[in-house]
Amino acid sequence: MREREELLDKYTAKVYKNRKQHITQLEFGAEPDTITANTRAIPGTMTARGCCYAGCKGVVVGPLKDVAVITHGPIGCAFYSWGTRRNKAKNDPESDNKNFVPYSLCTDMRPTDIVFGGEKKLEKAIEEVIDIFHPKCIMICSTCPIGLIGDDVQAVAKRTEAQYGIKTIGFSCEGYKGVSQSAGHHIANNGLMRYIIGTGDKKPVGKFTVNLLGEYNIGADGWEEERILKRCGIDVVSVFTGDGSYETLQNAHLADLNLVMCHRSINYVAEMMKTKYGMDWIKVNFIGVGATCKSLRMIGKYFDDPELIARIESVIAEETESIREDMENYKAKLKGKTAGIFVGGSRAHHYQLLLRDLGMETIMAGYEFAHRDDYEGSAIRPFIKSDADTKNIEEITVEPDPEKYRTRYPEEMLVSLQKDGVELDAYTGMIPDMIKGSMVVDDYNFLEVDQLGKIMKPDIIFSGIKDKYSTMKDGIGSRQLHSYDYSGPYSGFRGAVIFARDVAMSIYTPTWRLVKAPWKNTPLLTGTISGGEKHA
Amino acid sequence: MLDMTTKDIKERSGITINPCKTCEPVGAMFCALGVHKCMPHSHGSQGCSSYHRTVLTRHFKEPAIATSSSFTEGASVFGGRSNLNTAVKNIFDMYDPDIIAVHTTCLSETIGDDVGSYILDMEIPEGKYVIHASTPSYEGSHIQGFSNMMMGFINYLSKQTGTKTGITALFPGWVNPGDCRELKAIAKAMEVPVTMFPDFDNTMDSPMTGHFEYYGAGGTPIPEIGRLGDASSVIALGKFASGESFDLMQKKFHISGASLPMPVGIALTDRYIMALRKISKKEVPSGLEAERGRLVDLLMDATSYTYKKTVAIFGDPDIVYSLTSLCLEMGMIPRYVVTGTPKSEFETLTRELIDSYNLEETCEVKADTDLFWLHQKIKNDEVDLLLGSSYGKYIAKAEDIPFVRAGFPVLDRYGATIQSVCGYKGGVYLAEKIIDALLSRYDRDVADEDFECVL
Repeated sequence: MREREELLDKYTAKVYKNRKQHITQLEFGAEPDTITANTRAIPGTMTARGCCYAGCKGVVVGPLKDVAVITHGPIGCAFYSWGTRRNKAKNDPESDNKNFVPYSLCTDMRPTDIVFGGEKKLEKAIEEVIDIFHPKCIMICSTCPIGLIGDDVQAVAKRTEAQYGIKTIGFSCEGYKGVSQSAGHHIANNGLMRYIIGTGDKKPVGKFTVNLLGEYNIGADGWEEERILKRCGIDVVSVFTGDGSYETLQNAHLADLNLVMCHRSINYVAEMMKTKYGMDWIKVNFIGVGATCKSLRMIGKYFDDPELIARIESVIAEETESIREDMENYKAKLKGKTAGIFVGGSRAHHYQLLLRDLGMETIMAGYEFAHRDDYEGSAIRPFIKSDADTKNIEEITVEPDPEKYRTRYPEEMLVSLQKDGVELDAYTGMIPDMIKGSMVVDDYNFLEVDQLGKIMKPDIIFSGIKDKYSTMKDGIGSRQLHSYDYSGPYSGFRGAVIFARDVAMSIYTPTWRLVKAPWKNTPLLTGTISGGEKHA
Repeated sequence: MLDMTTKDIKERSGITINPCKTCEPVGAMFCALGVHKCMPHSHGSQGCSSYHRTVLTRHFKEPAIATSSSFTEGASVFGGRSNLNTAVKNIFDMYDPDIIAVHTTCLSETIGDDVGSYILDMEIPEGKYVIHASTPSYEGSHIQGFSNMMMGFINYLSKQTGTKTGITALFPGWVNPGDCRELKAIAKAMEVPVTMFPDFDNTMDSPMTGHFEYYGAGGTPIPEIGRLGDASSVIALGKFASGESFDLMQKKFHISGASLPMPVGIALTDRYIMALRKISKKEVPSGLEAERGRLVDLLMDATSYTYKKTVAIFGDPDIVYSLTSLCLEMGMIPRYVVTGTPKSEFETLTRELIDSYNLEETCEVKADTDLFWLHQKIKNDEVDLLLGSSYGKYIAKAEDIPFVRAGFPVLDRYGATIQSVCGYKGGVYLAEKIIDALLSRYDRDVADEDFECVL
């Protein structure tokens, strides 16, 4: 299709050959639309991707508020991942009011540690952290040099646990592992599964209990979701991991159902819990009014309880009514506008539905670190070829737990639920929710976002801070979907209104009118010259 | 806020808590963004580049562009030569810079990649340049990385022909674009032609035009860096960011001049102007003298509200030293003066500065420390004002202390990078912020009957 070719035209032969597999313009023809994903970024292209450490520490384990997460390495990585992701957390008695989120802990390795090894310094650091903070759980996240110099963080973790009786987990999430943050998510998921989930025995009290997986509470999204679920009579046992805690994660296996928000970063836990504890998972999406209603109804169907279903319907009725006027007002302003969304691994899908609530269409979308199933759906997974970079990331196999495994429903019931529209133990992916002609870009880079802005001419681009200001300087509205530009929540019902307000603001701010100086369109001299003809 | 921070201060040698520095590569990246049509390139994992671009973009509210060698496990084992070659080709093809400034990371340094020899063997398009600096993250801090990259540019590009250009090399150090403009304006007023290097004016604060350009109109042009070897003199501002480049200019090209602190406040701006005056042999114009007089007047007028007020100053060594000087000029007591950068010279120099004021009160100066230590200190002996980067806001909230942001990074406020803290004008700007913070706090806390409209 034309726009795709125009974009790829910018490349030389070698880069073209690679990038054309990652850029697809949707046709919905006889052949399914496919894409290549989760492969190495090309050096020098200015990929938006981060690293394995960012996925493990930055995304998954960093938000656990009662865990002292120690970055083992030189200072930089601990500095950049300090208070920069907006994973909100409140002090609460359940976690002994421990809240490490505003802290950054690091071994700050120096040349001698690199030369002679950093394990001693790490052990000293752990001793000091225990002495000052008395944490219940410690996690060690390795940065690039650690694996290279041969520090064994797992061994240090074991020794710490033996010596102090404090749960300690070592993560070998060196930045160079894998091809993106995705490797770090996987490593973090493995650690949580292996060492934390299933170690608690505190039975949840509610009648319908869930875990919220892949919700990092950016801009308080998780709190809005919990508010709604609570109104419906559904209790959240643990959140992975926004405002989450070691304390609650231990009991996650005792909940009835897993709800998966960010499929990319946490699907491993969902699937391993299904195998080990028999817990089903539903792919939910609380971004968008329609999507939230759909997700709530799927949960209702899963629990198959008339009273719960009725309550969900009444909550939906009340909540949608409470935002109806605002949403209509914003929809009137935004209807027909187009958007591009370039984010990590799930939001580029989620937000399309919220935009559709507002009458907006997404004409281009891309992920930094998604895999093919995030684009094309779970059905593609058997066909994904595993390359060397993926094989370097440990896969753990779990078996049904002899004591804790509990089937929630017989297989026939699950099949019938699926037939009834409950997105059970599978994800449909982003592409089916998009329209013909729209552009899908995997591992997007700076040039592509810039060029797509010019080629596709959307009214607004949702991306991260690295793309925000270049987009705006090009005269296109921009909102950050990693940090929400310090706004939020954007989830659920109330969040939808806040999002709508922010989008309208970005497109309609009166400052846009001032970009061009008046003298740019006004000639310096006007008047008549001797011949009498008027010249401009 | 920061509820787990204890009052009891224990000696630590293993853990750094809430750092007051970051790593060398981000300094190298920032320095390279002050060169015209330059693409900074990070030779390491792509996470480094993403993190550095993010913090720079958030500070300047401007696109900070840079590329990465995108190391994977294979490159980490076999070396990054092929990644760098691929990157350089792609960067010239896709982003068309005039120069690529490569810096290393803890990853490429640990495996021992010899970037210098990779560059020698590389095919570089006609008229284009690739240079590099070694910036192992486990040494120094971002300030050292900035310094290393400056020297990288000079070592690769600057030549000496023997014919003096009559131009003064002006090294501004780690400053904001607004500072660059003010420093150049002062040099112009003093009739000293300068090459500012690096120069962030119009690169990290490019105007909104409706058309994004990858490279701003500003930045030091490559030919001007090339001619630095023939400069007639050199003024290096900021001992820790520019001092080594000053030494290099002396050693390599025998160019002398002045290595001075960042010109913040009166005395330090005076020194900058005296250095310019020595070069131009022209008297200070009345306009500048009036600016100075106005700043002295302001500080004098507001003395009642600043005198003996205690302040904790933290951040990078150059700006912290210079902010300390301004605070002393305002009659304040710099109770704690702190940097995370591991340079003991910072302690010696700052101590000398404070001692020259013969204060009765004790002041603690510490390099190579963190904000956790500073917070604990404040818990034991509180201060009236906190002055430093955005990360101080946690302490400010926890201890309810008025807070003025200055230095790097300021992530949570807008507009400061366009302003200058340097020069007399910068002094007015900073003094106003400090006085406002102190008085706003007074107004907030004072009883209704003591609340006054006239001061």
